[in-house]
Amino acid sequence: MRKFLFTLVLATVAFSSYAIDSGQAFDDPEMQARYEGIISEVRCLVCQNQTIKDSNVFLAADLRREIRRMLAEGMTDGEIAEFLVARYGEFVLYRPPMSGKTLILWLAPPLLIGFGLVVVIRVLRRRMSMPLDDEVGQGSG
Amino acid sequence: MSRFLVPMLAFAIMIPIFIVGLGRNKSEIPSPLLDQQAPQYALPSLQDLDVIVGSDTYAGEIALVNVWATWCGGCRTEHSYLMQLAGRGEVPIFGLNWRDQRAPALGFLQQLGDPYSAVAYDEDGRVGIDWGVYGAPETFLIDADGTVLYKHITPMTEQVWQEKFLPRIQAARARVQ
Repeated sequence: MRKFLFTLVLATVAFSSYAIDSGQAFDDPEMQARYEGIISEVRCLVCQNQTIKDSNVFLAADLRREIRRMLAEGMTDGEIAEFLVARYGEFVLYRPPMSGKTLILWLAPPLLIGFGLVVVIRVLRRRMSMPLDDEVGQGSG
Repeated sequence: MSRFLVPMLAFAIMIPIFIVGLGRNKSEIPSPLLDQQAPQYALPSLQDLDVIVGSDTYAGEIALVNVWATWCGGCRTEHSYLMQLAGRGEVPIFGLNWRDQRAPALGFLQQLGDPYSAVAYDEDGRVGIDWGVYGAPETFLIDADGTVLYKHITPMTEQVWQEKFLPRIQAARARVQ
């Protein structure tokens, strides 16, 4: 039984790594790290909630091939991002640069957290300053 | 009354945002190519690999560039409409056969008819990437000077033609005169 489970686990692991061309793209570990960094930041537009690193549709494979080519040609990460944005729009990047169009995207989380904190603090303050007999009494809403 | 002011204000701001968000079709991403110069390309013709077809082929006239493939169901759906559109002869339609195999692509045109003035054969999808193609069928409206006037994703229909393409074509023609 144990042996069977072990085989099963091994088989599953083997398949998951087989699904996408995860082989080394570059011999140079630094280039390989850059390559993997880029492809895990680029959205697959066919399957929008996946990166092109995780997707095996052919468009993702094509984009990985292009990115490999551009890296090999010595383009910088910024130039590669520019190349992709010029063709597919900023939506293609999981972390779009801060600009007029994406400002609300970047500012919304801190603003919402700040707003929530203000509400919580105000509610707590009010509760603390409530007269005791109010709590025991008819119960205000 | 004033204690309800803040929640009501927040509600009034958020509801329009949600309505707009829900109404948007997330699979349609606006193309950054709009109002830009369409990417140049030169590819072998699907019918005759020795002939080169590309952006130069339709330079100087308003044209449609239609991205299609035999594996794409929507392309089959829109094909009869493209035939009809080509028959009317309003604008030439140029095909970009994207990430396809040549034999079935030729068979497709032989069987269902060929609405295209010429078809470029983009076997490895390089030109598709330059055009920001991510799902066929896609149809681009190109002005005589090579500017991208409009991009439509999903099959072409008479309604799309009337509402989106015709007004832009008429406006482009009016600008020239």
